[in-house]
Amino acid sequence: MATLEWSEQADRVEVRATGDWVIARLAPLEAQLRRLLDVGGGDLHFDLGDLGRLDTAGAWLIHRTLKALEKSGRQVRLQNATEDQAALIARVAANDKPHPAEPEGGNAFLHVVAEIGETVLDAWRETRDLLGFFGLTVATLGRAVRQPARVRLTSLVYHLEQVGLNAVPIVALISFLIGIVLAYQGATQLRQFGAEIFTVELVAISVLREIGILLTAIIVAGRSGSAFTAQIGSMKLHEEVDAMRALALDPMEMLVLPRILALIIALPMLGFISAMMGLAGGAVMCWVSLDISPGLYIERLYEGVTLSHFLVGIVKAPFFALMIGLIGCFEGLKVESSAESVGRLTTKSVVESVFMVIVVDAFFSIYFAVLGL
Amino acid sequence: MSAGDAGRPVISVRGLRTQFGATVIHDGLDLDIFAGEVVGIVGGSGTGKSVLLRTIIGLNRPRAGTIAVFGQQLDELAAAERQMVERRWGVLFQDGALFSSLTVAQNVMLPMREHLDLSEGLMDELAAMKISMVGLQPDACNKYPSELSGGMRKRAGLARALALDPDIVFLDEPTAGLDPIGAAAFDNLILELQRNLGLTVFMVTHDLDSLNAICDRIAVLAEKRVIVTGDMAQMLEHSHPWIRDYFHGPRARARAAELEPKQPDPKQEDS
Ligand SMILES: Nc1ncnc2c1ncn2[C@@H]1O[C@H](COP(=O)(O)OP(=O)(O)OP(=O)(O)O)[C@@H](O)[C@H]1O
Ligand SMILES: [Mg+2]
Repeated sequence: MATLEWSEQADRVEVRATGDWVIARLAPLEAQLRRLLDVGGGDLHFDLGDLGRLDTAGAWLIHRTLKALEKSGRQVRLQNATEDQAALIARVAANDKPHPAEPEGGNAFLHVVAEIGETVLDAWRETRDLLGFFGLTVATLGRAVRQPARVRLTSLVYHLEQVGLNAVPIVALISFLIGIVLAYQGATQLRQFGAEIFTVELVAISVLREIGILLTAIIVAGRSGSAFTAQIGSMKLHEEVDAMRALALDPMEMLVLPRILALIIALPMLGFISAMMGLAGGAVMCWVSLDISPGLYIERLYEGVTLSHFLVGIVKAPFFALMIGLIGCFEGLKVESSAESVGRLTTKSVVESVFMVIVVDAFFSIYFAVLGL
Repeated sequence: MSAGDAGRPVISVRGLRTQFGATVIHDGLDLDIFAGEVVGIVGGSGTGKSVLLRTIIGLNRPRAGTIAVFGQQLDELAAAERQMVERRWGVLFQDGALFSSLTVAQNVMLPMREHLDLSEGLMDELAAMKISMVGLQPDACNKYPSELSGGMRKRAGLARALALDPDIVFLDEPTAGLDPIGAAAFDNLILELQRNLGLTVFMVTHDLDSLNAICDRIAVLAEKRVIVTGDMAQMLEHSHPWIRDYFHGPRARARAAELEPKQPDPKQEDS
């Protein structure tokens, strides 16, 4: 145990430190030493004769107390310190350089206003930078079209597997379930009008035009958009992206293009799988709860659904893919030097790309409505 | 380190075997490190010095062999006991390994904050003192690791390693990436702390100056084990070809030529 005892004499205070003054035992000493500052007047003798171990934290505490006492105009003497203890206290004293305080916050109201301004400016800068990044990607793509050898085939195939093939099970399963849910809900509502048979059209049209591809895009944004940001972000963190630039390799070509191309190729295929699985889910539900046999289901599909429904859905896929890929890579390249920013930007990338996918989808809906499709 | 520990090894490695997949890094490695000594570990790049350090502090699981620290075998301890042992050592990783989302001062304060019950003010002061001690300017306290140079990160890493005033410090190439003046000051700091606090130092290094100036003993890692330990004089006389090349190579000769006329063996005078 580290302890401190003192006795007040006529003209001085005798302080004796005992036990081990090591960092793990300092907590109670701190308060005691503070009380020591108020004890008596006159000289103060600090006796280390019975002290056990002393480490830098203990030495600091002694130094700090002595300094405070001297500052209040009292004579202080350190007694019976061994050579090592004295050396340690001297070294600690030599390093008494308080670090500058963090700058003050200032006016709270101004702070809030400034924060709002910053956020708005940030949003504007971000949009501008993203547009710039889009331009850069298109330029890189243009170069790749003229010189197809620039496309990193190995990388492209790898990412196709990651974002395409490996996403098939989850996309298929979720779409199938959504097909079931849609059919069930549709059947329950339409039954009230005796129009259950239209459940087929309901499922088919909504899955083909909207839900299949939208769902796929959202799953892919969560799966692959986030992965892009995290991968590129941690490469950025370890200066790998800088190393590429220094080796005269273009990160746009090496990192961004293969990922975005892979998404643009994979998303329509995933969208197709999703549409088929959604229809299958609908078929199962219709069969089970409405007694519409698969044969009849397919017949109604032929009658009520045209190819244009499917095309209207699938044509959106490359645009969604572009959005997800752009935002994923863009946020990844924005990572700066801290692990925390990888996490923050990964979240941001997912939220932003899901948002953008829905915005683009809304624009397509308006566009198709105007065209009367 | 209390007096009773002297003479007993604080770190004792026996028959250590580590491997990654089929690659064997260490095989039958024995090493003893005694209280209060500074041991330099040397060896070619990729001979497994960093892996040895990581294995001793329990970050790698050995395939065979035993490692005892403070006489206790780490893998046999319960979590709480193990934490008590871990608090008694400080580690400086090869590239600093500072937490990137914390400032330098917060990095140094983190172990104190987690393990001890000190007031905020005292922790602040202790952190500033440690940061100054390793040779950083006070304004480095509020900087983030990414705003520091490689050498400054090393120093900050040492400050964090010393945060809890450990009994053992493990240093992985502490002077690599420091300017010669800084490296000498670093050596000096470690030597002084070792003397005043009875610190035990396990130091991986390629720096012949450090080996010369502060290491009590040198352990040479080659052929998957520690082939020899001994002081500088013994190294200079050893006949193993790698050791000869290492300590008699052009760089070593240049150092020796510098030192020879004034003081043949500075180590001897220190002790
Ligand atoms: N996580 C790992 N997986 C597989 N092999 C590894 C791993 N870590 C290290 N190695 C291998 O272990 C060997 C020793 O590595 P280590 O980092 O210990 O070298 P070192 O002696 O510290 O070299 P240097 O002086 O360059 O720092 C190397 O051959 C390395 O390839
Ligand atoms: Mg190493």
